Amino acid sequence: MALLEVKDLKVRVEEREILHGLTLTVNEGEIHAIMGPNGSGKSTLSHVIAGKPGYEVTDGQILFKGEDLLEMAPNERAAKGVFLAFQYPVEIPGVATMNFLRTALNAQRKARGESEYSTPDFLKKVREVSKSLNVPQDMLKRGVNVGFSGGEKKRNEVLQMALFEPSLCILDEMDSGLDIDALRIAADGVNALHSPKRAMVVITHYQRLLNYIVPDIVHVMSKGRVVKSGGKELALELEASGYAQFEDAA
Amino acid sequence: MNVAVAKTGNGRAVSDLFASAEGRLPGSPSVIAARREAFETYERLGLPHRRIEEWKYTDLRALVGEVLPLAAAPDAAGLKRAADAVKAHAIAGARKLVLVDGVFAPDLSDIKALASEAGFKTLRETLEKDSGLLKTAATDAVISLNAAMATDGVVLDIADGAQLSAPIQIIHIATAPSASTFTRSQIAVGKGARATIIESFVAAGAKAYQVNDAVILSVGDNADVAHIRLMDDSPDAVNVTSQFVTVGANTKLNFFNMTTGAAVSRLQGFITLAGEGSELSVNGVNLLQKTEHGDTTLVVDHAVPNCVSREVFRAVIDDRAHSVFQGRIIVRPDAQKTDGKMMIRALLLSDEAEADNKPELEIFADDVSCGHGATAGALDDSLLFYLKARGLPEKQAQALLIQAFVGEAIEQIADDDLREHVIGIAERWLERRQ
Repeated sequence: MALLEVKDLKVRVEEREILHGLTLTVNEGEIHAIMGPNGSGKSTLSHVIAGKPGYEVTDGQILFKGEDLLEMAPNERAAKGVFLAFQYPVEIPGVATMNFLRTALNAQRKARGESEYSTPDFLKKVREVSKSLNVPQDMLKRGVNVGFSGGEKKRNEVLQMALFEPSLCILDEMDSGLDIDALRIAADGVNALHSPKRAMVVITHYQRLLNYIVPDIVHVMSKGRVVKSGGKELALELEASGYAQFEDAA
Repeated sequence: MNVAVAKTGNGRAVSDLFASAEGRLPGSPSVIAARREAFETYERLGLPHRRIEEWKYTDLRALVGEVLPLAAAPDAAGLKRAADAVKAHAIAGARKLVLVDGVFAPDLSDIKALASEAGFKTLRETLEKDSGLLKTAATDAVISLNAAMATDGVVLDIADGAQLSAPIQIIHIATAPSASTFTRSQIAVGKGARATIIESFVAAGAKAYQVNDAVILSVGDNADVAHIRLMDDSPDAVNVTSQFVTVGANTKLNFFNMTTGAAVSRLQGFITLAGEGSELSVNGVNLLQKTEHGDTTLVVDHAVPNCVSREVFRAVIDDRAHSVFQGRIIVRPDAQKTDGKMMIRALLLSDEAEADNKPELEIFADDVSCGHGATAGALDDSLLFYLKARGLPEKQAQALLIQAFVGEAIEQIADDDLREHVIGIAERWLERRQ
């Protein structure tokens, strides 16, 4: 079943069109990789799906489980099951990670008409999830991402993904700023969360990440459009020959 | 406006105010004479206005206009409402001293429980013998007016070495609408004593009233004092409070103020570090909305060497509210090795919100470390988006960031229960926004 349908999407930022009619369909359980050179619009796509302000959609639509995503506020999208793992997760001094996680999880549950977690139930759940992902308890006591290393920030994103149980995860340049060990840990977390009901969209500049998260489908973006889609071998081809061939195609 | 006309107008209002109240003001003949003198000073000056440098941002003539008549002593219905307010605002375990409409209410207070740990009298009792309490180290028009009109207050004497087993909470309750109260309290903390003093200002059904309070606090050598003031007056009230603090040697004094009420408020503090080796921590949070005006003006006077002062202030300003912070650090010529720092941050939640921050350093010694910083800005959009992308609705995301913003000042309160109590007040303020 189609989870995410992006149809002929055109997006502007301050009078400049970044996406020029992008189309993409992601089905339940699939892992998609979106690759492309800097400035091709990869991150713009992820931001528009998550609802970041500052982007003007001039044409096209985004459906999530058949519903018009563009009509929803970012928090409503999150409650429906859209999760964006940020390229640069922000530091929020003074907000304890534990408090943030509980507030966010309960806000999502409330929006879905589900009962909110009591403190003991929440603590039990967060302990379970953090244990399964090898996240140290100490991290949860600190301010959100404050003083975290690049790797810890990404693990915190994966922890949230595990806790909120979204049906669509968009990983925006998850490999940026990570050394190979941190990358492996984060990727293991993502792989553990992959399920027949949960789709992943992995946005990356380099093929390296795809050694750890193996995609079903690879898309190449250039100049605001998907210019080629194929199997995982497409990523290897890109690694060998670069993006130049596609820049002409766009 | 013509200055002479304004003065005459104010003068006449005050004359009526004093003449009609004089018969109810406590004190020996010499006290009454001191009151009349203070009143004449007030009458000469009139309410402070913007051309007086210290009041530039808080023009009481424009904001308040006139001083309301003195509140009558509370009636039975007022005292009943006050009793309910005490229940709502009492801090668990604290010994309460309650002032209702400017008059000490013994039936609502824990005098017996307090007696074993601290000496207690009312201002009324004290003034029958001595006018000393009407004199203060600094003075201006509102302080003079307080000296002239003060009806009551608490006079606490915490003996040398006393270790108070529970906080003392002074609760000011207003039950009378459209009236003024004038209170003045003195707290003397002896050498080596340890005490927590909380002051709360709340309304019990009263609206549009005016509070003029004065506090004289002295902290003896080697004492350890936490002083917390929670001003949550009715949103249409006026609260002007003046505090005079003298700190001895090797003490720790931790002061915290939170302003969540009153249409117009001013907290002016005059703190003198008079003994070496002391650590002073002065912190505060202003949470202002609608057209509220909240002013904190502090003078920290390093009169001796080797003291540390830290000031951390946060203001959250919504709608068309206006927050003022004026902080002056004075380092006297002898006060070498002074370490004084002040940090003020204002968070503006609307385009029409206003913050005026005025830090001042007056340094006359040459071997000191002093500094100040002031910032004003809006909530960070990237943080807001992160929280919203995790499922928090806009107002809830804002609330979480505002709590974090004020948290740095609130966390200076060492006692866990008190800190939670203060966080609770901030949370209720945030809920009113939603």
